[in-house]
Amino acid sequence: MKGQTSPLKKLNKVQSGIKGLDEITGGGLPQGRPTLICGEAGCGKTLFSIEFIVNGATLYNEPGVFIAFEEKAEELTRNVASLGFDLEGLIKEKKLKIDYIHIEKSEIEETGEYDLEGLFIRLDYAIKSIGAKRVVLDTIENLFSGLSNKGVLRAELRRLFQWLKDKGVTAVITGEKGEGQLTREGLEEYVSDCVILLDHRVNNQVSTRRLRIVKYRGSVHGTNEYPFLIDEDGISVLPVTSLILDNKVSSRRISTGINKLDEMLGGKGFFQGGSILVSGTGGTGKTSIAATFAGASCARDERCIYFAFEESPEQIIRNMKSIGLNLKPYIDKGLLKFHASRPTLYGLEMHLVVIYKMIKKFKPKAVILDPITNLITVGTVSEIKSILTRLIDFLQKEQITVLFTALTLNTMVTEQTDEGVSSLVDAWIMVRDLEYNGERNRGLFIMKSRGMAHSNRVREFIISNKGLDLIDVYSDATGVLVGSARETHQKKILKEELAKKQNLNKKAWKKPGS
Amino acid sequence: MKLYVAGNTPKSLTALKNLKQYCEKHLKGKYKLEVIDLLKKPQLAEGDQIFAVPTLVKKVPVPIRKIIGDLSNEDKVLVGLNIVPVHN
Repeated sequence: MKGQTSPLKKLNKVQSGIKGLDEITGGGLPQGRPTLICGEAGCGKTLFSIEFIVNGATLYNEPGVFIAFEEKAEELTRNVASLGFDLEGLIKEKKLKIDYIHIEKSEIEETGEYDLEGLFIRLDYAIKSIGAKRVVLDTIENLFSGLSNKGVLRAELRRLFQWLKDKGVTAVITGEKGEGQLTREGLEEYVSDCVILLDHRVNNQVSTRRLRIVKYRGSVHGTNEYPFLIDEDGISVLPVTSLILDNKVSSRRISTGINKLDEMLGGKGFFQGGSILVSGTGGTGKTSIAATFAGASCARDERCIYFAFEESPEQIIRNMKSIGLNLKPYIDKGLLKFHASRPTLYGLEMHLVVIYKMIKKFKPKAVILDPITNLITVGTVSEIKSILTRLIDFLQKEQITVLFTALTLNTMVTEQTDEGVSSLVDAWIMVRDLEYNGERNRGLFIMKSRGMAHSNRVREFIISNKGLDLIDVYSDATGVLVGSARETHQKKILKEELAKKQNLNKKAWKKPGS
Repeated sequence: MKLYVAGNTPKSLTALKNLKQYCEKHLKGKYKLEVIDLLKKPQLAEGDQIFAVPTLVKKVPVPIRKIIGDLSNEDKVLVGLNIVPVHN
């Protein structure tokens, strides 16, 4: 309702107050028009509509009427109390009215002509009694199971939706998914302004809820399927990405915590707010690199969250002590926070939301996810990519540096993960096993690093009790030399140089005599 | 018995006419009929769970019965009201 500055009269919208939904609909649901929410049983329709009403009453000063065809007011009140919605309080404040319409087929006999004027009168009375701006009909299709004259019902529903429009109330109508159509009784034919489909899928025993805007007349909207969550804070829809790439960038550089690695990265380290991928085979020191980075961040007095999907915090702290890195003081100071959870604890979306929430609360400057490849157990490659895209997007906006570690195996799937994510990140560091001469050594190189000059050399990566270090790799005709071969080579070169000098000396001596 | 109507629509009038006729015929002197116009008393719709009009509600004797429509089918109404027709 607030003054439209545009000379063209655009569709007015009312905010649903549901996290993320107003973003993808460009401002909310169409004002003064009915919106259809459809989906299978248990997909969150009722919760969706009740949140719409409660938010209206509490946040936007728009009282609402909830017409329940399925649950009694007391049941509804009890069901949503766990989400912190105080329906009773709202009813007392005259911000909410719940009217339970009970249809008991066994009590009903039909004879002759009738209409649903009774419903209209009840609705009208309810709307007037609290000055409602929002109305929910949940689920109006129950009328069809109670009454047999479908012709009358259809005509009356058509009249009802028109009547709601005339009343100027923003209505949400829920409908159960039917076969071959969005709702069992084809309500989508009557409600043509805005249709939102909710879906609940279980993949690998992990469930994900999704939301899609099927249509929204007179408005642009996101057309994708957006995952959404129901937790103790109600519904949150997660837009996959913000549509425009207009994130602020920083040219501030931050140290990786390894001097030689900083050197390789143009002498200064990563960009603040950048995203870094550290990938490598098992046991190449990815976690050590991540922890060192976390330590460096804390040493600058910048907060850091470490999301561990493989090891417990205690384990990481103990292990890092062995390479001369003590993280405990940082935790005590409140600079470092560990969050360890098994990937299979919940679906990918839930992981993302937990990460979002913790970041919002802790306000870190750096975030570590170790390792992202473990998430593959709960999602497909493309899902993980979508999650990480959103995460990177979000972190970039907040100017938070993120470091992912990824395990590479020589299997198709993880290589894909690597590739999928590597196109998203700003810097990609690879650690690799170099097996040579009966030894296993580690080589580190920078695959890419956007926006800075970086070394193209493979360095030998050494983990000692003093921390992490990089050494120039020597090569001879047979290839790259690392470990003891490198040491021998270094000695050999020294010897050769010595010998050369001696030779030259000898020659110098011989010359005059010949 | 309560008959819920919404204004003087042809449907309500037909229902009322039919009902009075049946009652006079089968229940003479043994019934109490209240006609409620929801346009005048909308607050009463909730109590008896009215959504369609006209609706005839029979509460006593139990079980509760609701007969929706203009009551044009005598047999159905009588069955609904649990009345054994006199002429049989």
